[in-house]
Amino acid sequence: MTYRIPSGTRDVLPDEMRELRAITSALLETFAQFGYGEISTPAVEYEDTLRRANLGVLSSYRVVDDHGEVLALRADMTVPIARVVSTRYADAEVPLRFCYAAHAYRAVRPHRGQMREFLQAGVELVGAPGAAGTAEVLTLLCRCLEAAGLRAFSVGLGDARLYPALLESYAVPDDACERILGKLTMRDLVGLEREVRSLGLDDAAARTLIEVPRTRGGVDALGALGGDGDGPLVQALEGLRAVAAALDPQVAGRVIVDLGRAPRLGYYTGAMFEVYDPELGEPLGGGGRYDDLLGRFGRPLPAVGFALSVDRLHAALAGEERGERGS
Amino acid sequence: MNRFGLTIAVPRGALLRETLDALDAIGIDTAEVRSNDRKLLFADVGIVTMRPSDVPTYVEAGAADIGITGKDVLMEQAERQVFELLDLGFGPCRMVVAGPAGPDKAQEALRRLGVVRVATKYPRIASEYFERTGRQAEIVEVNGSVELAPLTGMVEAIVDLTATGTTLRENGLVIREDVAESTARLIANRVAHRVRAAAIDEVVEALRGSI
Repeated sequence: MTYRIPSGTRDVLPDEMRELRAITSALLETFAQFGYGEISTPAVEYEDTLRRANLGVLSSYRVVDDHGEVLALRADMTVPIARVVSTRYADAEVPLRFCYAAHAYRAVRPHRGQMREFLQAGVELVGAPGAAGTAEVLTLLCRCLEAAGLRAFSVGLGDARLYPALLESYAVPDDACERILGKLTMRDLVGLEREVRSLGLDDAAARTLIEVPRTRGGVDALGALGGDGDGPLVQALEGLRAVAAALDPQVAGRVIVDLGRAPRLGYYTGAMFEVYDPELGEPLGGGGRYDDLLGRFGRPLPAVGFALSVDRLHAALAGEERGERGS
Repeated sequence: MNRFGLTIAVPRGALLRETLDALDAIGIDTAEVRSNDRKLLFADVGIVTMRPSDVPTYVEAGAADIGITGKDVLMEQAERQVFELLDLGFGPCRMVVAGPAGPDKAQEALRRLGVVRVATKYPRIASEYFERTGRQAEIVEVNGSVELAPLTGMVEAIVDLTATGTTLRENGLVIREDVAESTARLIANRVAHRVRAAAIDEVVEALRGSI
């Protein structure tokens, strides 16, 4: 007899489980070496709590309990940890360092190979502001991937404030900003160029707005960007330069500075990361700085973190082992 | 593999010849692709061929680093997470609303029945267009020869792609509204766009110079 399970969920049998366990152990050990304490929270929370985060990532699975309250499955671990910080660590000294390996739940579109339930491993660093905090988390991100045995990965580093700040410095009207950021979010650089050209800006400004989203390269390329002086781009790059300067060379060598990352509304407030491996067509995970989130739970603290998909990391490791494309 | 070291998804069908011309112009030898219309994978030159509507699927998954397909396909599959890098200019066509010549049956349906039935191969573009213009539409998805649908009375209008308008005319249909314009676009996988940035920029610059 065979019994179905919901699409986007799966059973893990011993051969695979052994490999997944080795990966999560390597990640959690590295997190512990950096002083991050493992935490576990309920998979199901009050929907009101998750909604409070206002991150645009809402749970897709809700039930009404026997008291008529709406419960929802968490869509990530960042929001539950924000709740824990404000509730259980209301007066604790900062910085606080938490890590986890836990399942989260999202809606899927049919026939896209997406998972409803997926295992994430990640960290949150709470109360460590600015470039130093961001650099600590970026360093940990690289170290834990190396510990898991991944070789050819790189980390994309962008800044959520960069492009909006540029648009503002060129006094682009609000409705045009919204259209342009919409194109950037859609990764439609052709449409973005058309929108920018229709603004009637001077050549230099238009060129900057068109070229910046296409700009990605090593950390060493950052110095040359924006030219001399104190133009809008130079100012917008300040945040990234500060993070880059705080990285040790080994970590900096992994970084691809990417000025084309679109800001996700209401989520990241500064640095954004994404992990790439040539073996996999999609990112292995990502993260960034979200300095506004904790305030929504009543303890305003800057925070930065990342989450890795254990399954995708596993797939990338398997790909590197097969060496299909070399590395 | 080609000189850029990139796997390229190439659309078979109306865009094929000009796509191959563009690739030839930037130094990728497409002679084998031209001479063999059954083979799908040309590893020597890093080319994979497929239906235009499958190009975003392969590029999103990373099975191809970059690809070429119509803007119409990209609009219909707007949820695909791929970078759209360049308008290649060839393969121009219009997405239009068309209906049988004579009195506008779609108008009449909207006025008397409150809803217009629309046949299309592009259900997403069609429903978004009617939504945006504040009209109720019942979208009927068909897979080929959309022109047949209004002729049999199944629908009052169609949303379809037209280059010259000949097929519409031959079936007694007239264009009522323009929905969007489409040309061939260069797209890239989002991981390749970062980890193979130099090679992809080189392709973009070379193609930009040749169009």
